[in-house]
Amino acid sequence: MNLVKEEEARKIDRYIENAKKVNQHVINARVTAAFAGATALTVGLLIFIIVYILSRGFHMVTPAFLLETPRQMGRAGGIYPAIVGTILVTGIAVVIAAPVGVATAIYLTEYTRESWLPRIVRFGTENLAGIPSIIFGLFGFLFFVIYLDLGWSILSGALTLSAMILPTIVRTSEEAIKAVPNAYREISYALGSTRWQTVTGVILPTALPGIVTGVVLAIGRSIGETAAVIFTAGASLRLPESLLDPVRTLPVHFYILAREGISMDNAYGTAAVLIVLILIINIAAYSIMNRFVAKSR
Amino acid sequence: MEGDPMRYPMRYREAVIEKTLVIVALSAIAVLGLIILFIFKEGSPIMARIGVIRFIAGAKWAPSRGVFGILPMIWGSIWVTLGALIIGVPLGLACAIFLAEMAPARASAILKPAVELLAGIPSVVYGFIGLVVLVPFIRRWFGGPGFSVLAAAIVLGIMILPTIISISFDAFKAVPVAYRDGMLALGATRWQAIRMVILPAARPGIVAAVILGMGRAVGETMAVIMVAGNATKIPSSILAPVRTLTSNIALEMGYAAGEHREALFATGIVLFVVIALLNLTARLFATGGRVAR
Amino acid sequence: MRWRSAPQREMAQVTGESMTDIKILAQDFKFYYGEHCALKGINLEIRRNQLLTIMGPSGSGKTTFLRALNRLNDLVPGTRAEGRLAIDGVDVYGRGVDVADLRRRVGMVFALPVALPMSIFDNVAYGPRKRGIRDRRKLAGIVEKALRDAILWDEVKDRLHDHAGTLSGGQQQRLSIARVLAVEPEIILLDEPTSGLDPLSTLKIEGLLWELVKSYTVVLVTHNPLQSARVGGEIAFFLMGELVERGPASDIFTHPRDKRTEDYVSGKFG
Repeated sequence: MNLVKEEEARKIDRYIENAKKVNQHVINARVTAAFAGATALTVGLLIFIIVYILSRGFHMVTPAFLLETPRQMGRAGGIYPAIVGTILVTGIAVVIAAPVGVATAIYLTEYTRESWLPRIVRFGTENLAGIPSIIFGLFGFLFFVIYLDLGWSILSGALTLSAMILPTIVRTSEEAIKAVPNAYREISYALGSTRWQTVTGVILPTALPGIVTGVVLAIGRSIGETAAVIFTAGASLRLPESLLDPVRTLPVHFYILAREGISMDNAYGTAAVLIVLILIINIAAYSIMNRFVAKSR
Repeated sequence: MEGDPMRYPMRYREAVIEKTLVIVALSAIAVLGLIILFIFKEGSPIMARIGVIRFIAGAKWAPSRGVFGILPMIWGSIWVTLGALIIGVPLGLACAIFLAEMAPARASAILKPAVELLAGIPSVVYGFIGLVVLVPFIRRWFGGPGFSVLAAAIVLGIMILPTIISISFDAFKAVPVAYRDGMLALGATRWQAIRMVILPAARPGIVAAVILGMGRAVGETMAVIMVAGNATKIPSSILAPVRTLTSNIALEMGYAAGEHREALFATGIVLFVVIALLNLTARLFATGGRVAR
Repeated sequence: MRWRSAPQREMAQVTGESMTDIKILAQDFKFYYGEHCALKGINLEIRRNQLLTIMGPSGSGKTTFLRALNRLNDLVPGTRAEGRLAIDGVDVYGRGVDVADLRRRVGMVFALPVALPMSIFDNVAYGPRKRGIRDRRKLAGIVEKALRDAILWDEVKDRLHDHAGTLSGGQQQRLSIARVLAVEPEIILLDEPTSGLDPLSTLKIEGLLWELVKSYTVVLVTHNPLQSARVGGEIAFFLMGELVERGPASDIFTHPRDKRTEDYVSGKFG
């Protein structure tokens, strides 16, 4: 009995000895290296995706490719209608969603009192943010395409997208407005400004770069969106003549080319255009944000 | 003076502006309501006809014969999502910890936007890279058709990285600096401080990040379609092809009609409920964290 | 709607308050943040063109009182006022008061010098513009006069369109005063206006107070007995939400009636 206990005690002693020997600084260095590796892997994936697409697709991107209409279902020719479609659908979506989103953010930050109303608004935007794009696609198809009888059209696609990007714009605008120093509000109110005068006089001008960043990121998100657009804007390769015409956006065109194996070259070319657009938009958003941060310091 | 002192009389213009803002602000909840209304209206009749249980637990999906069971797709979504979490959560958390707590501020300032750029890449591009790089790779080295649970899980695991990283990054940054500095002052290494103080303090935020990442994985459509193979069978291994709830909708919406289309909207209902539950859980965790802090 | 409605104006005439020299009158005025009572029944009168210094340690309710006068406390949710607080005989918290108009008549300078993120000119023109003044020459006149009155004109006249953030702390605080003067208030409230400033800038601001009082009723809040002594004039000592004592500076500092006042001005606490 006694012997066993001693044995165990020695075991514990040895364990403690070993534990002491393990240098915490070595562990720290190893963990840091591992986590740095994980970060490198993540950034590496990003670079891989960008380089892979551009190296195979960039040579396809000629003025003709950008400005010609596609022939033989996209096997030959350019992607002009898809570019026009993307710009129209995204542009209209943002024109609708940005004012609504910013107004919602203003309401949530500057006008709410303790009541049930802002809670409902918040509930709405937060839940909308979690809904997958395919559900927006189903909804847009049922509501805009069929119920409102807009058909597969630029307008249906844009309205669906605007609903989808609304929560992003609300959230980023809200953050930008909340970052406005409270002293500005107090000064404005103390000078006898009304609420709206304070909003337009100091709050929006100060928060504007942050709001613009959010809107630009929302544009990026809508440009790449496929699932919500394919069932609402359609997949027509014809150049649209009105907002009620169907249209095929760049990601939809890319998806169809790649999935149906119509033309890998044209698929890469379309993807390269998409990636370049997304890069430009994101870099623009960050440079606006950085200038904003630098200025507010 | 009684009641809320904020209720001072405002000029007419101010009142009109405020009312307008309220109405505009309600549009988000209105859209949410419309989504629920229209999808449930379109999808619920067939669920009622078949029976919710038989629809959800039915192992066979054969629209041409009027057989609608979405169990394979439910399993498909579960497998693919779990796989994505297994890949995305450790990688994402490691990145977030590195960027928030370990990397020099200057490196973080460059790396974090790069990581966030991952969120900007369209899902079709992810799917396409999966299709031309990952699927042949799996076919060659692991066997099977390549279009598989594994391929989908890897693609989704990468796609949820930005969500997991940015939300848990914020959670780490929200931990008071004094916690970490206190530990470091006691002679702890950075990793000890992270493990013993920062991770526990940021736990609600991390859980929220994981759940929201899960929501993103469950809801992703186009990327999955391109790499998962889309067979309507419960996958037997991680190398077998699989179809998720979202792909089921997207693949067949183009040509479905009548009962078939209703069944797709019913699939949408199931997806919607799953996502709503995930969001609810995430919010519970997130608010729990705010109270604890 | 003007902030003083017709019935109230009649009331004021009936009670005769407006006939007297009293600009601000508090009668058993109480103020609550939720359940917390920050002012426990203040009785105080301030005459027209008087400089009153409200002195007291932090938490004494002096800033709360100041922010009640222009109802800036309204911005804090869950606050409540009781009793009477009147300017020119009209209850500040009365029904039908146009708060925006009230705040134009009761200007406020804050503790920390903060310039709005715009040019020096736009800072001063902010208030007048919100009142609907658009005419450029008129605005320029208002801005010049306000900056001159705040003794800042000579320092900034050549760079009116520079960003106001380029000014020093002391200059920014005088800019704050100019911003208030530009809306032509009747009362100017200053909430520890020198707490973030160096001694020289502090002296400039303190000297400015006696210029201001020629045209305005001025209420200064400070936690610093030395500043109250320097500024002089009339002093009200606040402690824990109560008005302990009020009198000319000479009395407060040489023979205070209350033990607590004596302890405070002699530096035993605070």
